[in-house]
Amino acid sequence: MRDKTLDIAKIVEDVGFNIVKQAVIYLPEDVKQALKKAYAEETSDAGKTQLKAILDNIELAEKSKAPICQDTGTIIFYVKAGSKVKDLDKVEQALVNATRRATKEIPLRPNAVDPFTQKNSGDNTGRYIPFLHWEIVAGEELELTVMTKGGGSENVCVTGMLVPGEGIKGLKKFVIDAVIRAGSNPCPPTILGVAMGGGSDVSMKLAKKTLLKPLDEPNPNPEIAKLEKEIFEAANMTGIGPMGLGGKTTVLGVHIDFAYRHPASFPAAVAFNCWAARRASARINADGTVEYLTHKVKV
Amino acid sequence: MAVYKLKTPISEDEIRKLKVNDVLYMTGTIVTARDQAHKRALEYFKEGKQLPINLEGLAVFHCGPVVSKEGEKWVAVAAGPTTSTRMDIFEDEFIKNFKVRVVIGKGGMGKKTTDAMAKYGAVYGAFTGGAAILAAKAIKNVKSVEWLDLGTPEALWIFEVEEFGPLAVAIDSHGNNIFMDVQKKVEENKQKIYQKLGLSP
Repeated sequence: MRDKTLDIAKIVEDVGFNIVKQAVIYLPEDVKQALKKAYAEETSDAGKTQLKAILDNIELAEKSKAPICQDTGTIIFYVKAGSKVKDLDKVEQALVNATRRATKEIPLRPNAVDPFTQKNSGDNTGRYIPFLHWEIVAGEELELTVMTKGGGSENVCVTGMLVPGEGIKGLKKFVIDAVIRAGSNPCPPTILGVAMGGGSDVSMKLAKKTLLKPLDEPNPNPEIAKLEKEIFEAANMTGIGPMGLGGKTTVLGVHIDFAYRHPASFPAAVAFNCWAARRASARINADGTVEYLTHKVKV
Repeated sequence: MAVYKLKTPISEDEIRKLKVNDVLYMTGTIVTARDQAHKRALEYFKEGKQLPINLEGLAVFHCGPVVSKEGEKWVAVAAGPTTSTRMDIFEDEFIKNFKVRVVIGKGGMGKKTTDAMAKYGAVYGAFTGGAAILAAKAIKNVKSVEWLDLGTPEALWIFEVEEFGPLAVAIDSHGNNIFMDVQKKVEENKQKIYQKLGLSP
């Protein structure tokens, strides 16, 4: 994007709007496939009825081009910026504009409330909202990802400072206890993002970011992939089931990430995402052309 | 398991027939209320002020919808349930004071609400969380909106619905609560899981 004639603010605003729209209406293919598989394999009647309603609803949302869930979430952008991209200082305002436009035109539910006055801003923007996570990489492309994060699943996210001497065993217990405590509230079947190390803030940041990974992509490290599978199977033994009405589908997938830790600390975090795991990404190339990475559908 | 199709206003006798695991479809008037609206409604009652709508025999829906205004007319675009446990601190008084017969939400409610439902005659209908378009399709008309100053998610939206459901009767008016039953089983399973993961309880 060294081309001086490109209006980066305008491109980012349009792309930001489009990925929000893709995310809230169309679930990513990997999530849809996981839900279909769960429906085929669920043995509890109550659980099956819930999964059927979920699948019907996904189809209806696509047909009517309306948001899958009325809780269109808190809007979080992950920006991966090539260091040679110009006008990076305009990206934040452009994404705020995109959020305002999306709220009005799609429409989204206004979900930004001042915690002091309890007043809703009405347009999904406010202090630090939408939140932007920045990553600077080499190159001249700008990759934008949006997560529209539901409140029900956010309310059960947990961070804990575990006992270092208990190691991974302590982590397993922490995650299973979190799933059981969350019960029916995060709209199961959920997706779990788990992370450890770094510090209390870093572990949650990593846990939430892993929720952006497709369900059919286990961790490339075989040891971690094994732990993901172990926690996945254990969580599905709880019997919480779809919507907490009982059954064998409680989670659709588990992603794990980590950072190195302080010798005296073992921070850990579990981020929950509801079955309506909404995310979308796009890349803006140096010449201003745009590639939509997660969704083929035009909006 | 029986399927019931009820029209509002629903009487106490009618609602007492329902048992957990039954399925309910509702036609008539349902009114949304979340945390702030519950709080204000109970304050109104305490002060002897009338609510904008008489809730007797109706359903209260834990929902903050996506709405759009087409000309002068509001339209419900997406309207699935929100997590009901947040309203647990208000619901027993709400049922007692306003005589709602159905509480619609997701995730279930606790002992206090279950007791109030048994005492005053009401049920909890679980609607699939996130199934917002399924719900919106059954909303035939947005009759009115009150308390919009609370913000659109928290306002009282008065919906006219036709065969709104399926609602899984998860708490009945006889003290049964499916969510609490599942929780008990989950606690039992927890020990097996700990064992499998090599953890001490």
